[in-house]
Amino acid sequence: MDARFINPFLQGTISVLKTMAFIEPKPGKPYLKKDALARGDVSGIIGFTGAVNGSMALSFSEKSILKIVSNMLGEEINEVNGDITDAVGEITNMISGVARKELESIGLNVSAAIPTVVSGKGHSIKHILGGPSIVIPFETVDGPFVVDVCMGGT
Amino acid sequence: MDIDKNIKILVVDDFSTMRKIIKNLLKQAGYKNIVEAEDGGAALKVLKSEKVDFIISDWNMPNMNGLEFLKAVRADSESSGLPFLMVTAEGLQENVVAAVKAGVSNYIVKPFTAEVLDEKIEKIIAKL
Repeated sequence: MDARFINPFLQGTISVLKTMAFIEPKPGKPYLKKDALARGDVSGIIGFTGAVNGSMALSFSEKSILKIVSNMLGEEINEVNGDITDAVGEITNMISGVARKELESIGLNVSAAIPTVVSGKGHSIKHILGGPSIVIPFETVDGPFVVDVCMGGT
Repeated sequence: MDIDKNIKILVVDDFSTMRKIIKNLLKQAGYKNIVEAEDGGAALKVLKSEKVDFIISDWNMPNMNGLEFLKAVRADSESSGLPFLMVTAEGLQENVVAAVKAGVSNYIVKPFTAEVLDEKIEKIIAKL
């Protein structure tokens, strides 16, 4: 997969979480993922079409997303509820927006679909292109999450 | 410039969580008098029933989206002069042009901080 398709999502993730949740996630070494198993407990997934096709998923560990959304809302949330799933959809949307703008700046215009959110231990991520995907692991003080991207040119 | 932080702000977004996020940012910026609505139609009802000083509205909403809501606000003599800040996840040029043509006061692209939101509100009010 072309690195130009990955970096916008990496930058978008850091920017959104830093700005909206006051959390600075530390990216780890990207790796190739060949199965559909989500690497977190709550996932937001969004599809793209245009100069680049594919999908991006964000999979958060429960602890990390509880902290992120608590910071965003300014109130303590202790369980995965509607606020958490709504916020994951919104975070996915915002990261997609930042990434799309980045892609646009290198001449790749893409449209995004409406994000969907899935939660529960051991759920799966179905990428539009089927896979394999590139996973960028992130660490936060309150636990890990991943950005899982499967994109290809048209 | 000293802005009256007691102004009543109407926050319009179909996601209750996003409304909470914007309210949280507004509170961080010192604004406490906030009312909310889940889409353009509900927001128009709020405007009919109470005095609002400032509108912050999402672009993407079902039933009546932010642009349609903006046009309805500008078409009504009771609300036509209200400051209107549009919130969008994209900053796409065509959307910005359409919003400016429809009379938006300014727009803000997500993600944004409380400081940036406050700055936008102050700029709009300073121009009134």
